[in-house]
Amino acid sequence: MQSRRDFVRLCTMAAAAIGLGPAAAEQFVQAAEKGRKPSVLWLQFQECTGCTESLLRTSHPAIDDLILDLISLDYHETLFAAAGHQAEAALKSAMRDNAGKYICIVEGAIPTKENGIYCMIGGRTAIEIVNDVAAHAGAIIAIGSCASWGGVPSADPNPTGASPAHDILKGKTVVNIPGCPANPYNLLGTVLQYATYGTLPALDAEGRPKFAYGQTVHEHCPRRAHFDAGRFAEKYGDEAHRNGYCLYKIGCKGPVTYANCSVQHFGDVDGAWPIGIGHPCFGCTEKGVGFTIPMHQTVDIIRPTGPSTYPPIVQPQGTVSPIATGVAGLIVGGLAGAGYMASKKLNTLPTDASGTEKPEV
Amino acid sequence: MVRISRRTAIKSALFGGAVAVGATTASATESVEPPADARGLLYDATLCIGCKACVTACKDANGLPADTAGPHGLWDRPDDLNAKTKNIIKLYRSGDTTSFVKRQCMHCVDPACVGACMMGALKKREYGIVSWDGSKCVGCRYCQIACPYNIPKFEWEMAGFYNPKIVKCELCRHRLAEGRDPACTEVCPRHAVIYGTREELLKEAHRRIAANPTLYQPNVYGEHDGGGTQVLYLSHVPFDKLGLPALGGESAAATTRKVQGTIYKGFVAPVALYGVLATIISRNQRRAGEEGERS
Amino acid sequence: MSRSETLEPVGGPLWTRPMQVLTALFLAGIAVTLYRFVMGIGAIANLNDGYAWGAWKPISVIVFTSMASGGYATALLLYVFNRRKYAAVSRTAILTSALGYTTGVIVLGIDIGRPWNFWRIVNPGWWNFHSVLLEVAVCISTYIIFLWLEMAHPLLEGAGQSGQWSFRELARRLTPALDSAYPFIVAMAIVLPTMHQSSLGSLFLLAGVRVHPFWQTPLVPLLFLFSCYVMGYAFVVLTSLLSSLAWRRPLEMEALTSLSRVMSSIVAAFVLVRLGDLAWRGQLTRLSVDGWSLLFYAELLLLAVPAVLSFGLDRHASPQKLFLLAASTLLGGSLYRLDTSLVAFMPGAQWRYFPSVLEMLVTIGFAALAVMGYIAIVKRFPILPGVRHAGAHA
Repeated sequence: MQSRRDFVRLCTMAAAAIGLGPAAAEQFVQAAEKGRKPSVLWLQFQECTGCTESLLRTSHPAIDDLILDLISLDYHETLFAAAGHQAEAALKSAMRDNAGKYICIVEGAIPTKENGIYCMIGGRTAIEIVNDVAAHAGAIIAIGSCASWGGVPSADPNPTGASPAHDILKGKTVVNIPGCPANPYNLLGTVLQYATYGTLPALDAEGRPKFAYGQTVHEHCPRRAHFDAGRFAEKYGDEAHRNGYCLYKIGCKGPVTYANCSVQHFGDVDGAWPIGIGHPCFGCTEKGVGFTIPMHQTVDIIRPTGPSTYPPIVQPQGTVSPIATGVAGLIVGGLAGAGYMASKKLNTLPTDASGTEKPEV
Repeated sequence: MVRISRRTAIKSALFGGAVAVGATTASATESVEPPADARGLLYDATLCIGCKACVTACKDANGLPADTAGPHGLWDRPDDLNAKTKNIIKLYRSGDTTSFVKRQCMHCVDPACVGACMMGALKKREYGIVSWDGSKCVGCRYCQIACPYNIPKFEWEMAGFYNPKIVKCELCRHRLAEGRDPACTEVCPRHAVIYGTREELLKEAHRRIAANPTLYQPNVYGEHDGGGTQVLYLSHVPFDKLGLPALGGESAAATTRKVQGTIYKGFVAPVALYGVLATIISRNQRRAGEEGERS
Repeated sequence: MSRSETLEPVGGPLWTRPMQVLTALFLAGIAVTLYRFVMGIGAIANLNDGYAWGAWKPISVIVFTSMASGGYATALLLYVFNRRKYAAVSRTAILTSALGYTTGVIVLGIDIGRPWNFWRIVNPGWWNFHSVLLEVAVCISTYIIFLWLEMAHPLLEGAGQSGQWSFRELARRLTPALDSAYPFIVAMAIVLPTMHQSSLGSLFLLAGVRVHPFWQTPLVPLLFLFSCYVMGYAFVVLTSLLSSLAWRRPLEMEALTSLSRVMSSIVAAFVLVRLGDLAWRGQLTRLSVDGWSLLFYAELLLLAVPAVLSFGLDRHASPQKLFLLAASTLLGGSLYRLDTSLVAFMPGAQWRYFPSVLEMLVTIGFAALAVMGYIAIVKRFPILPGVRHAGAHA
């Protein structure tokens, strides 16, 4: 059994992992001791279970500490020992016992074509299930790109009409945590904040927590200095690629992708993220980028900033067109020539021989 | 015979008088003092690290697009101030000597651009900030000819046809109105550029020179140059190397006022000339008429 | 063939080959102008933030209106100093002035970037009285009105002789009023250009050290005034000689040789002031063989050589000589003005400029319009003295 000291340490780690201080850790402890572990109901629809797998690989807190001490995972199809009617019953009772307070986590997209028959669990469509569970949830979190904006199932031609959770749950606040897989610490941060304070983190216009999705990958990429200096890999394995230079030219979507992958690596392994291992970001968190823009197609920079070079004090500007100079020369020469020719002819004209007479009225 | 009708004489006198009154109400003082509440910037080139946060902050605060002309179009890399860039960091390098320099409108005490502007679109407004009013500008670009620092930039490109503007730093007037400081000063990580009243900034500048005389050039650029500016510079390299021109103590606007004022003082000369000419010509015409001639 | 004493329209067909060529040039200029108003100045011009003024203001306004100062310069001689011999060329001079200024102002309207705000100039309450450009704009706008008032005489006379009753009526009613107002019109038409032709030079005082010291001087208004007289007279001489050549008419040698002598005296004054100014400002010693010095020498030679050669002129001088002397003077004066306003303007080592072909087309197109106007008006209105052929009646 875990000692209280170990438990406090666990809470401190959890708090630290999401950027909260010792005061929060204290509150986690108190909440847990009072038996107020928040109930979490985890729904899975059109997904690969990658987000769950990603969660299983966290270490601070580890999944066991998480589900045993910090939250009450009252429904999770993958992690449940139970199945079938027993699982359904667990869902129903959890909903009843924690009405208005449980956290509903949605993983996977929800098909909408033909009334949503492409994903049915226990005889009910995904649409029915999510509407049912979300109706009495205290907080709704969509984990992963599939639940956040449609993800892989929604890729062209989207035969099932795969839709994100917020499209089904219109009018409700849904926290989107996109990524393929989503970074589990983004989820943990959101869940623990809600569990401790009852509030959700500040969200951007697409419902994503600003603490994780407030900046593009480009904006805090460790290879940014290479971008600013114009050092690019042109193809996999070339000299520049081996030197770890910027991957923009081989199609990095970092400039248009809001995510925190560059600062929170995956699997708790330092450097374990796409760019870190030498592959350009493909924009898995962004609708319209991930699974949409071809992998090696370059993107525009949304907010260009300066390179690492400087203009000199005096930089030549303005152009002189040699054609224009030539034309001007021709015109001046032509006028001069014509003028001279005209002047010669003047001598053939009669002069005014009327003396000093003045013109009449 | 040609008669100078009374009506014509009165009309011409009235016209001349009206213009004269109009001209004399704008009496020109020879030299101009900075306004009492003059605010400006102090840029210390010895502190600047060339991070260009001020360039980006200025673009954000003023809603300016990035200048992505250039080989890849990936960076905001203006070569100089232009219609998309109100503030820029340039690099001076000569052997081992380097310095960054921040260039933007100098908010002169006696601006040449204000003296140039026909319809008063460019004016010194609150705190002595020189700012541009598009409703009055005709786009004659005389301000570009006049400015010794080559600051006002015109929107030459197509997007500017419908409303080509004169673009230059206006000390973030819109932010000052909300009680915030200019964007560049707010974001500079080393306080290389700071904001304050001109008096305070001059005092601070001189204090720094006195505290570190071997580091700095002995004078503060903008204290007297070209009649004085409200954006002041401290530097360890000579100012002309940084592209800050050597100007005398008198502003070009004052010189122009002197020359034009000498000719047109009170508009007396043109009116008098008109009177003399009208008299002579009338008399000549009368004589010509009497002698049976007419032009 | 001799010259009659009355001024008569030259007559003849309007749609001649030269007019066709000029029309083509003008239409090209119009096409570029329309493009400018749709696509913006940057789309056609090579202007930039260093050289904000290029072919249009320095050439079409500063140089061309100075060429078109013949009306002003001749009016001084004719109306103020009462030299009747210039009457033969005075209407030519006024016509070239009216056309030159009008087309110059049109090009100005094309050059400015926000022309829709120009109406504000009508309210003196909105004027910046310190702005030299304002004075130039107000004076030139007013002056054009007075130039066309001066042109009213020949226009009304032509109307008076026309077959249309309504035109004759108009002429009959307006002529007396015009006659009594004429001295005041002419007086204004002298005061106004005195002011703005000198101020066209004062414009560049504001550029301070950005104009090369060979050209930047407090005396620039005086030098510009002298140059406008010189160029005005030279242009009248050329126009008169070319008009005679074009329509096979007698040459006005007496008036033109006198004009050339007057022109040369003013050139002498100009050269004295120029050299004196350079000496007084300590710039003479800086003359050498660099580009700026060569430019200075060119201006001086183009002006001084004809002036010197003109002092011996009399009525028996060859018209060709008159033409070449006037042409050289015109070039020299133009070069002086172009240098002050453009060539010697130094925005900074990094800036380069040369007018683009399209910019030049606008300048040329509207110059063509002025020439077309001259030809048309001279052919239909009494501007030039009539021509009496042997055996014909007056």
